[in-house]
Amino acid sequence: MRILEVEGVRKNFGGLAAASDVTFHAQDGEIVGLIGPNGAGKTTLFNLVSGALTPDSGLIRFKGKNITGLKPYQITRLGIARTFQSVKVFPKMSVFNHVLLGYSFGNPKSTPADETLKEITEILDFVGLSEMREFRSKDLILAHQKRLEVARALATKPELLLLDELMAGLNHTEVLQAMELVRKIREKGVAILMVEHVMKAIMDICDRIVVLHHGEKIAEGRPEEVATNEAVVEVYLGE
Amino acid sequence: MMVKILDVLIGGLLMGGIYALIAAGFSLQYGVARVLNVSHGEFIMLGAFATWSLYTLWGVNPLISLILCAPIFFIIGFIIHRTYYKRLRISSESLAVFEGNSMLASFGLLFIIQNIALIVWGAPVKGYSYLAYPVSFFGAVFSANRIVTLFASVILGFIFYLFLARTRLGKAIRAAAQDPDAAELMGVSINQVLALCFGFGSMMAGLGGLLISMTSVMITPFMGLEYTLIAIIVVVLGGLGNIKGSFIGGFILGLVGTIVSYIQPGLSLVAYYLIFLLLLSVRPTGILGK
Amino acid sequence: MTRRYFWPGILVLLLILLAGFPRYASAYKVIFLTNVLMYVIITLSWVIFSGATGYISLAPAAFFGVGVYASAILSKSLFLPVFIAIGGLASFCLAFLVGALTLRLRGMYFTMFTFGLVELIRHFTQWWEVNVTGTVGRLVLALDHTTIYYAMVIIFLLVLLTSYGIRRSKFGLALQSIGECEEAAAHTGVNVTRVKVFTFALSAFFIGVVGATMTMRWQYIDPPTAFDIRLSFMPVLMAIFGGMGHLYGPIVGASIFSVLDEILATKFPYYYMLLFGVTMFVVILFMPHGVEGVIQKWRQREKGGPSEKT
Repeated sequence: MRILEVEGVRKNFGGLAAASDVTFHAQDGEIVGLIGPNGAGKTTLFNLVSGALTPDSGLIRFKGKNITGLKPYQITRLGIARTFQSVKVFPKMSVFNHVLLGYSFGNPKSTPADETLKEITEILDFVGLSEMREFRSKDLILAHQKRLEVARALATKPELLLLDELMAGLNHTEVLQAMELVRKIREKGVAILMVEHVMKAIMDICDRIVVLHHGEKIAEGRPEEVATNEAVVEVYLGE
Repeated sequence: MMVKILDVLIGGLLMGGIYALIAAGFSLQYGVARVLNVSHGEFIMLGAFATWSLYTLWGVNPLISLILCAPIFFIIGFIIHRTYYKRLRISSESLAVFEGNSMLASFGLLFIIQNIALIVWGAPVKGYSYLAYPVSFFGAVFSANRIVTLFASVILGFIFYLFLARTRLGKAIRAAAQDPDAAELMGVSINQVLALCFGFGSMMAGLGGLLISMTSVMITPFMGLEYTLIAIIVVVLGGLGNIKGSFIGGFILGLVGTIVSYIQPGLSLVAYYLIFLLLLSVRPTGILGK
Repeated sequence: MTRRYFWPGILVLLLILLAGFPRYASAYKVIFLTNVLMYVIITLSWVIFSGATGYISLAPAAFFGVGVYASAILSKSLFLPVFIAIGGLASFCLAFLVGALTLRLRGMYFTMFTFGLVELIRHFTQWWEVNVTGTVGRLVLALDHTTIYYAMVIIFLLVLLTSYGIRRSKFGLALQSIGECEEAAAHTGVNVTRVKVFTFALSAFFIGVVGATMTMRWQYIDPPTAFDIRLSFMPVLMAIFGGMGHLYGPIVGASIFSVLDEILATKFPYYYMLLFGVTMFVVILFMPHGVEGVIQKWRQREKGGPSEKT
């Protein structure tokens, strides 16, 4: 089943076309990579899907339901969560509370206190932040802050997770750990749409890749196909 | 009937010219220096009082006071920025924090200036009469001082416009308003420009106050707040940071205010606020904003 | 074990002292303390919204004035708890309206709008009294100072409990998230607009209630008395001076400044705002996080605190 369908989406800022007639989809349980040079419109697309921006025209469907124009909190509660390119954590809030917030507000139904505690502990274990549950997020290193963003997103029980440059700023070991985390998330049945510049990660994990340039989709397909696509190579070599 | 319309029109242009001036000054301070100067109206009040003092105590013609007051108000604003706001900017963690802090500091400045005025001039209402004889204009009768004020505000506005559009400094200011970082790269000394803008802002407030005082209005230490509000509304109407917009917005509001005052005196501020409300609900970026 | 009962213990002690105060103190002292409580409540209310979300509201004077007028109009025909509740409700509704319209926008628009609200309502009320009711100003049925004092103690307790309750609840967590990173909060499922508007209205409620109560001390009110911009300035100064991270910050800041206010207002009625203006100037530049911030920095230096980064 197609969990996400983006159809003919356009977004203009002043005279700049950040997204031009973009159409693609993601299947249930897939990992789709979104790549392209800087300014290609990747984060704009994320913003359009997550509700931070409204498209000028076009349609976005989630599990068949039209979500175009809904507010971010509504989209989150429906089952799409995201992380941000520049890590947006709550500096003075504890790791535990981040996840608690996501759990409490990202889910339409409320649960009894002991079950909440159990699930939050599980999420923290899953991302490997259990020992730092009382730390304030500003006191964490970047790699852990990124994991916290993921934990917070997972707490909202998403079926689709948007990861915006999860690997940016991480060293080699941290990148491998992040890739492992992404695989684990997919194993749980969550579909993932990820924007990345770290090519190794994209080629290794993604089932399919969508390539953007100047707001337009210029290629789509399996990693091997995209890697050898003439248009794609030109766009990157010309960089 | 024609006379009434002319009366309202000229009155509207008159107020509009003054509003445009004070709003442009406010816009410079917020658009460029990023200081939401809620004490702007107090500088207007000072301008009115300074003119009153010069006229009633030393018989100085208000139009001559214009030339005297302009540099003084400019220097006061410049110094306040250099000594205080510049330091505040450095110690603020981000621009958003600075905007909040500088607004609060200006709130403090409001009371400082207001109280100084209370000490120096006292609470009782003051006013003076200058060129108060009637002049006939197409059948409508106006006070000479209002006609003079109208011309003065238009001329000042024009001078200011030329300054922004034609001079090097003016262009630097416009560049800094658009993109401070790019401007800095192009060799514009940002700190200088910010302080200059703040100085110009207070200068225009002072001149606005001078012109207001000429229209035989009541001068009190508490008159400033209303004008600060008007400046805010005009600036939002014209688009935050857009100086041309402030001019246009000033005239629009001046006209609206005069019309409303004609129908129901005392409700002009309410009318302005309704416009404000409408603006924020429908088009917060203003008529000329992005 | 004793740690858990420390603060509630202090609170109970404080309440006992406050309750017994009128019996042993002079009328002047009771009125003095009533004034201090007024500022403490308004400052705490202001912090509930502006302290948490970072949206600086300059409207307290407007909500206070609405409460004053509600009280002045209704006090002759209704009981004290009823008309002060109505005063609070009127302020709640006004804040709800203002918030719904302006809290969707950038913080600065909100601040600008609230700044003008005081002057706007004052103007309008003045116009109304001149043109519609024909008399400017109203006579008010004054109450004895002890009743007002006890009313204020109860309101203080209510605001304190509300502030505390919010901070410890999930709602408070949502508020905190909005203040620290609104965009992330929205994407974490928080309906930010609803939370902001409701909290703003809640803080206005308490300010309206205080306004309605304090009216009973005066015998005559008019627009300038009811809508005094200083009542927007003082709570902000007090909150910034005291700090807003913990509950004690606003209480300490408000107590100190209201005492100063009382002393200075009687001695230099026309000049004392100059001093407060300068204080604001100085505090913003040199201690933007207030007394609390200073204490916090001192603590950090002494302890070190847990951190992955060193």
